[in-house]
Amino acid sequence: MTSLSTKSIVFHKLIRNVNNYAKRMSSHFIYYPDKERPVDGETTKMNMMQAINNAMDITLKNNPTAVLFGEDVAFGGVFRCALGLQEKYGKDRVFNTPLCEQGIAGFGIGLATAGATAIAEIQFADYIFPAFDQIVNEAAKARYRSGGEYDSGALTVRAPCSAVGHGGLYHSQSPEAFFAHVPGLRVVVPRGPIAAKGLLLACIRERDPCVFLEPKILYRSAAEEVPVEDYTLPLGKAQTLRVGAAATLVGWGTQVHVLLEVADMARDKLGVSCDVIDLQSILPWDEETVCNSVKKTGRCLISHEAPLTSGFGAELAATVQEECFLHLEAPIARVTGWDAPFPHVFEPFYLPDKWRCYQALIQLINY
Amino acid sequence: MSKLIPSAAKFLAGNTITKVTAPVVATNAKYSTKKEATFEIKPYKLHKLDQGPATSATLTSEDALKLYEQLTILRRIETASGNLYKEKIIRGFCHLYSGQEAVAVGMRAAMRDADSVITAYRCHGWTYLMGVSVLGVLSELTGRRTGCSRGKGGSMHLYGRNFYGGNGIVGAQVPLGAGVAFAHKYRADGGVTFALYGDGAANQGQLFEAYNMSKLWDLPCVFVCENNGYGMGTSVDRSSASTEYYTRGDYVPGVWVDGMDVLATREAARFAIEYCNAGKGPLVMEMETYRYSGHSMSDPGTSYRTRDEVQEVRQTRDPITSFKEKILNHELVTPDQLKDIDAKVRKEVDEATKQSKTEPEVGIEELSADIYYKNLEPFVRGIHPAAPLKHLEVQPRNH
Ligand SMILES: Cc1ncc(C[n+]2csc(CCOP(=O)(O)OP(=O)(O)O)c2C)c(N)n1
Ligand SMILES: [Mg+2]
Repeated sequence: MTSLSTKSIVFHKLIRNVNNYAKRMSSHFIYYPDKERPVDGETTKMNMMQAINNAMDITLKNNPTAVLFGEDVAFGGVFRCALGLQEKYGKDRVFNTPLCEQGIAGFGIGLATAGATAIAEIQFADYIFPAFDQIVNEAAKARYRSGGEYDSGALTVRAPCSAVGHGGLYHSQSPEAFFAHVPGLRVVVPRGPIAAKGLLLACIRERDPCVFLEPKILYRSAAEEVPVEDYTLPLGKAQTLRVGAAATLVGWGTQVHVLLEVADMARDKLGVSCDVIDLQSILPWDEETVCNSVKKTGRCLISHEAPLTSGFGAELAATVQEECFLHLEAPIARVTGWDAPFPHVFEPFYLPDKWRCYQALIQLINY
Repeated sequence: MSKLIPSAAKFLAGNTITKVTAPVVATNAKYSTKKEATFEIKPYKLHKLDQGPATSATLTSEDALKLYEQLTILRRIETASGNLYKEKIIRGFCHLYSGQEAVAVGMRAAMRDADSVITAYRCHGWTYLMGVSVLGVLSELTGRRTGCSRGKGGSMHLYGRNFYGGNGIVGAQVPLGAGVAFAHKYRADGGVTFALYGDGAANQGQLFEAYNMSKLWDLPCVFVCENNGYGMGTSVDRSSASTEYYTRGDYVPGVWVDGMDVLATREAARFAIEYCNAGKGPLVMEMETYRYSGHSMSDPGTSYRTRDEVQEVRQTRDPITSFKEKILNHELVTPDQLKDIDAKVRKEVDEATKQSKTEPEVGIEELSADIYYKNLEPFVRGIHPAAPLKHLEVQPRNH
């Protein structure tokens, strides 16, 4: 065995490569850093990878039942989120698993059910499907089917998701809607470092199993002044990042930044202001914040990278029309990936970029 | 199950196999010195087998040239791919096969027209051996229309006749291989399926499901574990409770093979075909081999193993160099013949490389092509009424 520091080079290179994708993708979105701090006190500049690392560090330090595992996690994982944690907390608590996602999820569920705080990393969200049965049938239903006697709430499954530039079919997908169909689960997607730290800590402590999807393009490209201390952000709560009158723009993950830019474009070019809402929690989601906003603006645009049909936008749209019917000035717009597999050579045409969102917003306003 | 089978038979019956002849190397008779030679093979290890593959192999000078050409062309394709990646013409993920060539080339030499192959993402060489041109491989990697998947799949998703693809999801191809083998058996076409996977993939649960089905139904399926020592940055002893991969089918008999010796892999595949054709059911074959490059292009491949380790394999076990020495020492070929092949291979790959950079991509309309056999609606459901995307059928459907 060579030393840990040399081993980490491979992942560092891998990440640099992913980061290069980010550079190549610079036209797809501009990152809008969070200016507001959820708590007072000391801050440090962290990118999203470091913020996630920090959340897991805090957990492992303060919670002796916490363990972290996944493919190549001992050396930080391919995206380096677990960097240095095995060194700090030992091989009993931070360890590699073999290449077996179904096993990883099932193992985590057993571990969590028996009282440990289990954090499982799936290398890419595209590889979570072998674990789908375990998450859907075992984790989500444990509490219900045991009449509340058992649960696997101490399980958090982390997985990098969404477009990264040239990921192609199997390194780009956004599977949140699959999991949003499963009562008993919580599904969370952060938009940047501050949110990632607070939401991940909340997921780890939450008494229900959580699927935490991390937009991988943000690991390196997103940096913010992140509070050093322990804090959580509430699950099931959206955040309103911009306040306006002309329309409500709803998204999560990377897409929030696309929508923030669209709101800027609408302000500069159309002279109108929009509410921009980061949903953050996909399941359960914050109906109140979204519907109150739509009642105010009368217009709603929902955007996500995943395909249109049965994307989570469909659920939002159905609820919004039910709750806000008499307030709506235009049909709800959805700007999403096409109903096609995530393409290899056509990624720029597939993504719901700012131009597509902007176009839809103009139509929404002029309806 | 009997209910299911008649309809399956109908479906399969229409799918007859056409013969294609393998590319033959033109040999210049006056160059050849000896007609054939016999070589000893490093002993196989056997699991639940009384008899293994032949321990010595006879090689004709003609076959020697052919094997040499295939080994070198696979190496060149990967060198070209690596360069295209560095030029940023190949994007995304790209996994090279350099060091492992003898596994594919030897197996392919024993395979017959009816046999089929399915593998994971380290699939460029296999695609070529199964009959796709160098251009078809390289321009798939560059995402151009001349690619064997029209440029829509990329590095991990190459396909060809009787070649059921590269696959990006680790382990997923293995049960598919069992299904393909069932089709061979059902059609009684005498074909055998080779389902390849890595030492890392060997720990996926679906493999064990596939072993069981194959043994239960005595399918002509050869599970080939290409043990190259590592799954990404994890060495075999850190990922696997047993690294004797040839025994991990338990009740499925197994053979360990020196995967760096093209004659060993050829004899092993020949044995496996005979075994399966005798109706004895599946086999597990472990091919011990080595990958020179990192896991993929973003991994320099030097942090979880020493440079010395890589260097030593290159110097002592390289599948091309060692084969070259063998056939030269036994005077099956002359240095000039090999030089001619080198030149020919270089030219072919260079030309294909050039073309793979200049070909256009397929049109944007193919973003929404070939999603369904028959589309319910003329347009893909999306969001942009002003720029709708039409459902297209690019590959002809047999309506
Ligand atoms: C289901 C799944 N999990 C994880 C990955 C990421 N991944 C791709 S290749 C690989 C290592 C596979 O190693 P091995 O089976 O030994 O094949 P090799 O790369 O050595 O040819 C991993 C972890 C994946 N593609 N699919
Ligand atoms: Mg391997």
